Amino acid sequence: MQSFLLLTLILLSVSAYYLGRKRALAVAGGQIRNLHSLPSFYGSYTALWCGLPALIVFGVWITLQPNFLIDLVVAGLPPELRDLSPERLNLLVNDLKNQVSGSFVSSAPDPVMVEAVNRYQNLRAIGNTALWIAVLSFAVGGIAYAWRRISPTLRARNRVETAVNVFLIASSTVAIFTTIGIILSVAFESLRFFNQVPITEFLFGLQWSPQTALRADQVGSSGAFGAVPLFAGTLLISGIAMLVAVPIGLMSALYLSEYATPKFRAFAKPALEILAGIPTVVYGFFAALTVAPLIREIGAALGLHVASESALAAGLVMGIMIIPFVSSLSDDVINAVPQSMRDGSYALGATKSETIKRVLLPAALPGIVGSILLAVSRAIGETMIVVMAAGLSANLTANPLEAVTTVTVQIVTLLTGDQEFDSPKTLAAFALGLMLFVVTLLLNIIALHVVRKYREQYE
Amino acid sequence: MNKPKPYSDMPLRNRDIKVIVNAGLARRHAAEQRFRWYGLTAISLGLIFVVLMFGSIIAKGLPAFWQTYIQVPIAFDAATLDPQGTRDPQALASADYNALVRSGLRQLFPNIEGRLELRALYGLTSTDAAYELQRQVQQNPDLIGSNQAIWLLAAAPVDTFIKGNIDRALDEAERPIKNNQIEWLDQLQGAGKIEKQFNTVLFGNGDSREPEQAGIRGALMGSFFTLLVTFLLSFPIGVATAVYLEEFAPKNRWTDIIEVNINNLAAVPSIVFGLLGLAVFINFFGLPRSAPLVGGLVLSLMTLPVIIIAGRAALTSVPPSIREAALGMGASKLQMVGHHVLPLAMPGMLTGSIIGMARALGESAPLLMIGMVAFIVDVPKNFLDPATVLPVQIYLWSDLPERAFVERTSAAIMVLLAFMILMNGLAIILRKRFERRW
Repeated sequence: MQSFLLLTLILLSVSAYYLGRKRALAVAGGQIRNLHSLPSFYGSYTALWCGLPALIVFGVWITLQPNFLIDLVVAGLPPELRDLSPERLNLLVNDLKNQVSGSFVSSAPDPVMVEAVNRYQNLRAIGNTALWIAVLSFAVGGIAYAWRRISPTLRARNRVETAVNVFLIASSTVAIFTTIGIILSVAFESLRFFNQVPITEFLFGLQWSPQTALRADQVGSSGAFGAVPLFAGTLLISGIAMLVAVPIGLMSALYLSEYATPKFRAFAKPALEILAGIPTVVYGFFAALTVAPLIREIGAALGLHVASESALAAGLVMGIMIIPFVSSLSDDVINAVPQSMRDGSYALGATKSETIKRVLLPAALPGIVGSILLAVSRAIGETMIVVMAAGLSANLTANPLEAVTTVTVQIVTLLTGDQEFDSPKTLAAFALGLMLFVVTLLLNIIALHVVRKYREQYE
Repeated sequence: MNKPKPYSDMPLRNRDIKVIVNAGLARRHAAEQRFRWYGLTAISLGLIFVVLMFGSIIAKGLPAFWQTYIQVPIAFDAATLDPQGTRDPQALASADYNALVRSGLRQLFPNIEGRLELRALYGLTSTDAAYELQRQVQQNPDLIGSNQAIWLLAAAPVDTFIKGNIDRALDEAERPIKNNQIEWLDQLQGAGKIEKQFNTVLFGNGDSREPEQAGIRGALMGSFFTLLVTFLLSFPIGVATAVYLEEFAPKNRWTDIIEVNINNLAAVPSIVFGLLGLAVFINFFGLPRSAPLVGGLVLSLMTLPVIIIAGRAALTSVPPSIREAALGMGASKLQMVGHHVLPLAMPGMLTGSIIGMARALGESAPLLMIGMVAFIVDVPKNFLDPATVLPVQIYLWSDLPERAFVERTSAAIMVLLAFMILMNGLAIILRKRFERRW
C-alpha cells in the first residue's frame, strides 16, 4: 500500500523531470542558449519540487499516524477503561495492536475491544486514503509551482546544486548523530540504572546475580549488581586471547616483512587475513563444538578438572580471530621503519634477527603497542565467541580452566528474551554497554594517538 | 693456536676482533636460525587454524546436504481421503494423511504388533511425511485410489544413523534409535528402500523444531531484506559523505569533528550499535521488534564508516588533473564531481561497499539486541515481518543438542561462508578489472 504510493511518487517525479525540461525548452523558444541553465537542470528542478515536499509529508505522516490513531481510539473508549492506570492502559493498547494486526487473538473477545479494533481499522483506512490524497496533491502542486516558475532567467542549476549540497552535508552529519545517539541512549538508561543501584556497588561490588523480583514475595531474587566478576572475566578471556594473538601475530608480521620471499608473502598474507573475514559466529561454533570438548578431554587426560565452558576455549579461539589484526597492523608499522636503519645495522655486522631485535623492534615499538591496544579493544568488545563458548556464571577467578562470564555475554543475556524495559535488570545491560563503549573508545583514542605520533617520526 | 683470553682481560691493542667475532658466530647463527623458525611456526600455526576450522566445519556440514528418504508403499485410499468423492479441496486438506503413512509402514513390516513396537515403526518417518502426501494429493487429486511407492522424509535419528553417526555398539538406552528400528532399517537398506537425496528441505523451509524439517530459507530471506535495507541506506549516505568530506568540505573544526567521529565509529564494538538500535529505533520510535527494517538500520549505521573510509580512499586516488580539466572546461564543482570524479572513483567505492556488506552479512551480535533471535517458522515476506538472519540462525541452531542440528548448523555456516567468499571475490574482481593506475 505505502510502497505503492512511493512507487507512484517516483513515477510522478520522473515525468516531472521531462515536463520541466520540455517547459524550459518551450519558454526559451527552442533555443538552449536563451536559458540560464541546461534544460536538464530545469527538469531536475521540477522533479525536486514534485518529490521532496511530498516525501517529507509522507515521512512525517507515517511516523505520526499510528500514535495519533491510538490516541483517537483510546479517547473513544468507555470512561472506565480510559481511566485505567498508565501501565494497564499500555497493556490494553498492546492487546489492541495485536488484534488489529491479527497476529494474536485473545481468548475471549471483549465486545468493547472488538468495537475499538473496528474503529481503529476504520480510522486507519481513512488515514491511508488521506495520506494518498495529501502526498499526491503535494506532488502535483509542486509540479505546478515549478512549471509556473520556469523562465529563461530562473537559476535552475544553482537551485538544484543547493539541494544536492544540502543532501551531502546532511549525509555527513549522520556519523555525528550516530555517536550522539549511542552516547545518549546508553547514558540515559545508565543514569536510570544508577538511580536504582549505586554506582559504587556497580563498579566495585563482587557479586553479580541480576535477578530482580517480579513480585515482592519471590524468593532468592535479591539482585546483586557488582560488575567486578564480569570485568575480571572479560580481562581473563581477553588476556588469553592476547597471549595467543600477540606472539603469533607479531612473529608472522616479522617473518612476512623481513624473511619471506615475495611469492610466499603474496600467498601467506591474504591467507592469514581470511581469519579476519570469517564471521564471529563461526568462531563461536568452532569454539563451543570443537575446541572446548578438545580442551576438556586433554584436561581429563592430565587429571585436571576443566569446566565445559572454560575461559581457555573462548580465549584461544578469540586469539585466533585477532591474529590478523595484530599481524597486519604490525606489518604496516614494521614496513614504515626506514630501510637506512636496517642497512646501518647490517653494516655493523649484525645478523637479521639481531637487527630485528635490537633495531627494528625498538624503533617500531610504539606502533606495535598501538596495534596491540587496538586488538585488545577488539577482544573486549567481541561478543559472539564468548556468548557461545564462555559461560554465564559470574565467577571471580583467575583460573582459565573455569567458566567465567564477560560484559558482552551479560549484555546479550540481559536483553534477549521478553522483559519489561524499566527493571534494573535490563537497565544494567545499558550500564555495561556504557562501560564497554567508554573503555574501547579510550583504548582506540590512545592507540590511534600513539600510532600517529610514531608515524610522524619517520615521515 | 692458543685459546683467546677473555675479552675484557686483554689489553686494548691486543684485542683480536676477528677471533672474538668468530667465537660468537656459531651461537649467533643458531639464534638466527631459531628466530627464523619461530616466525615460520607462527605463520604455519595461523594457516593451520584456517585449514582446521574450514576442515572441521566442512567435515561436519557436508553430509547435511543429503537427506535420508524411505520408500513406502502408499495406498491413496479413497475411503480415508475423500469419502464423499467430491474432491472438495477443503476435505482433501483436512483428511487423515497420517493414517496413510502408518498403513504404508505396516505394509512394509506386516509382522509387527504391539503398541510400543508400532510406535517405534511410525517413528521412522518424519512428521513431515503426512504433509508431503497432502501436498501430492492436492497437486494431483487423481492419485486418490491408486497405489504408489513414495519416498518419504526419514526422521532425524534415522537420518543420523544412516549417515553412520550413531554407534551400533552403544547401549540401547543411550542412543536415540532402538535395536528393533536398526533391524528394520537394515532390512530396508538391503531392499534398496532407503536413499539419500539432495536436501531440498534445507533450502526450502523456514526454521523448525524438528531437525529434518528445519531449513535456512527464512534466514536467507531475512538476511536478504536486512542487507537490502543496509545497502539502500548506507551506500548513498556513505558515498555522499565521502564526496562531501573529500571534495566540498572546508578544512575547519566541524570537518575535523566529523572525521574523528567516523574513525571512532569504525572501532565501536558492534554490540553497542545493538544497544543504540534497541533504545532509539525500538523504544523511542516504536518500530517493530525482529523486523529486517530495524536490523538494516542498525547494520547500515555500522557499515557507514567502512563505506565512507573506502569511498574517500577511492576519491583521493583520482588525480587532480581530471578535476582541473573539468573545471577548466567550465563545469560547476558539482558537475565536475558528478560527471568525472565520481564515475572514476565508483569501482573503488563499490569494492569498499561490497566488503562492508559482507561484514554486515556475517554480523549477529547487534541483531540479538533488537530481537532478531526469535524462533520464526514463517519465511518473511517484507521488511516488517519478524525475521532472523543467517548468522543468528547459526547461533540459534548451535545451541540445540541433536546431532542432526550440528550437521545443519555446519551446513548453514558453509552457505554463509560461500556467500562471503562470493562477495569478497566480486570485490576482488571489480578491483582487478577497473583498477587504474594514473
